[in-house]
Amino acid sequence: MSLILENIDLEVGRETHVEGVDLELAPGSFNVLLGRTLSGKTTLMRLMAGLDVPTRGRILMDGRDVTGVSVRRRNISMVYQQFINYPGLSVYENIASPLRLANVQSHEIDRRVRETAEMLHIEHLLDRYPLELSGGQQQRTAMGRALVKDADVILFDEPLVNLDYKLREEFREELRALFSERHCIAVYATTEPAEALALGGNTAVLHEGRLLQYGRTEDVYHRPRDIRSAEMFSEPPMNVIDGIVSGSEVTFDHHLHFPLDDAFRNLPPGDYRFGVRASHISLTPQAESDIRLEMTVDLAEISGSETFLHAHNDWFEVTVHLAGVHEFSVDEAVSLYFPTHRMYAFDRQGGVVHIPTHLGGV
Amino acid sequence: MTDSMPATPEEVRRRAAATDRQRRRQARPVSRQWRRRGLMALYIVFVLLPIYWLLNMSFQSNTEILGGLTLWPENFTVEHYTKIFTEASWYMGYVNSLGYVLMNMLISIVVALPAAYAFSRYQFIGDKHLFFWLLTNLMAPPAVFLLPYFQLYYTVGLFDTHFAVALAHCLFNIPLAVWILEGFMSGVPKEIDETAFIDGYSFPRFFIKIFIPMISSGIGVTLFFLFMFSWVELLLASTLTATEAQPIASVMTQTKGASGIDWGALAAAGVLTILPGIVVVYFVRHHIAKGFALGRT
Repeated sequence: MSLILENIDLEVGRETHVEGVDLELAPGSFNVLLGRTLSGKTTLMRLMAGLDVPTRGRILMDGRDVTGVSVRRRNISMVYQQFINYPGLSVYENIASPLRLANVQSHEIDRRVRETAEMLHIEHLLDRYPLELSGGQQQRTAMGRALVKDADVILFDEPLVNLDYKLREEFREELRALFSERHCIAVYATTEPAEALALGGNTAVLHEGRLLQYGRTEDVYHRPRDIRSAEMFSEPPMNVIDGIVSGSEVTFDHHLHFPLDDAFRNLPPGDYRFGVRASHISLTPQAESDIRLEMTVDLAEISGSETFLHAHNDWFEVTVHLAGVHEFSVDEAVSLYFPTHRMYAFDRQGGVVHIPTHLGGV
Repeated sequence: MTDSMPATPEEVRRRAAATDRQRRRQARPVSRQWRRRGLMALYIVFVLLPIYWLLNMSFQSNTEILGGLTLWPENFTVEHYTKIFTEASWYMGYVNSLGYVLMNMLISIVVALPAAYAFSRYQFIGDKHLFFWLLTNLMAPPAVFLLPYFQLYYTVGLFDTHFAVALAHCLFNIPLAVWILEGFMSGVPKEIDETAFIDGYSFPRFFIKIFIPMISSGIGVTLFFLFMFSWVELLLASTLTATEAQPIASVMTQTKGASGIDWGALAAAGVLTILPGIVVVYFVRHHIAKGFALGRT
């Protein structure tokens, strides 16, 4: 079972919601749709489900054109961000409902419902009604209904957003385990890069209705195709510094000159935009080749065991993600070390031209 | 209450609430409390007095009614009720009224359910205007439509049938039902519909098995309003009928016998006319406020 989207456009009225998306999901793959709100994640899922019909383009399932086929005939299931269950039916009947409609025999229904409920740890709640349950349990019920029917494609539209932090971590782990032994295509939408990394599989980065990049999650993370994809897939966003490479030196923002490092040796002279992840900048030199910049602290956000430091100099601002708690006062001077061997370089159009060599180069 | 420092935020809040209550109690002297209760009692007496008087009259004999002021029935009698329940001209009035009211409720709800679903779920050209136009139907006085209805029904042979009144009452009841139901339906997330279709429900099956139970309180409230408006409407009901489908209210206006007006029977009929309303209100009492807000909370 494979799912292929061919050059999909969706326009509603005069607004374009999705534009020119080409995506091929392999059988048995776990796919994450990553993008901010309004990037088209939900729309794309609704198109895959058949709840919306694309304005242009084709959707193929197993080589069969299903573009205009209604949702009832597609054998998919979907879990929403809101906890959607049938309030009038017990948890058992909620989970059983797709099977009942498919005329599965009742002892078979019973076996599969109990099996699914056990997998999701809600076997003791089967006689209760959805509205009597906690949010996490309600979402488990919804997932049970999605998982019980052996769908070809299972869509998760930010299912964990409305749950608390602890539950989300727990769910995420279970979810990966659940899918490792299934052969359906799973699609999971999220706004958080960290969630995509935790889930693994493949990631499609979406931005304003366009597909920026699709590939194995680590590949997309480590080897962004362009500056947008890199920005979308890091939290806090990747720091971008304009720079010029000439024969023997690198100049950041026309003022900060550094001798040309081994890392950038292969870049032809010209204008570039250099990207460095917030977590790669440090307070102490990590390597010989690190560039040291004197900056001024704007703000230090301490969240639990990590610190987000916002600093600037006369030409640009950076965000630094530091492990551990560090106290800074506003306007304090700070020396930051930028590792050149971990920096990315993009051309003026945003296409990637240099990827750190330890990640395989371009 | 201790004077120690409160330890937790809950404690602070609890103490604040307690002192607040105490202050309010002190600020309101006993005399003012009694004045409030007195005013309330006065209002209730004022509202209920006519209803009590009606009840009082229905249990008095006609001579006592006309005799002088009596605050309660001195010669308690149920003869008026017996009369109503035994004379066909009386009880057929109730049967006729109930007949066309129930018919109208059925027609209105069956038509309004799909219409309200369409308004709440789909966008189509002119949907908002159409929805508003429905409301304007409620604004037109029924008298405006009296003549065309009369003429039309007379021509097609519907005159003096229950069906004629039931249909005529659809004029204001269907828009009302659509309005109330639309509000309740919009409170159900659209994702429920989609989930049902994903699960494999066909539309009719989803509508009957999943959707209608979800808005059952809304349907209850709607039925109450349909009942009420159709039950109290007199102009269309009495004009479009003659003898076969005459409503009770119309029967009541024709009780002048040889011995003058039968006051007692009239009062008993009045009491019996109020009763169905009370029964229906009892069943929807928890949802009625939401109904008045047309389902929007």
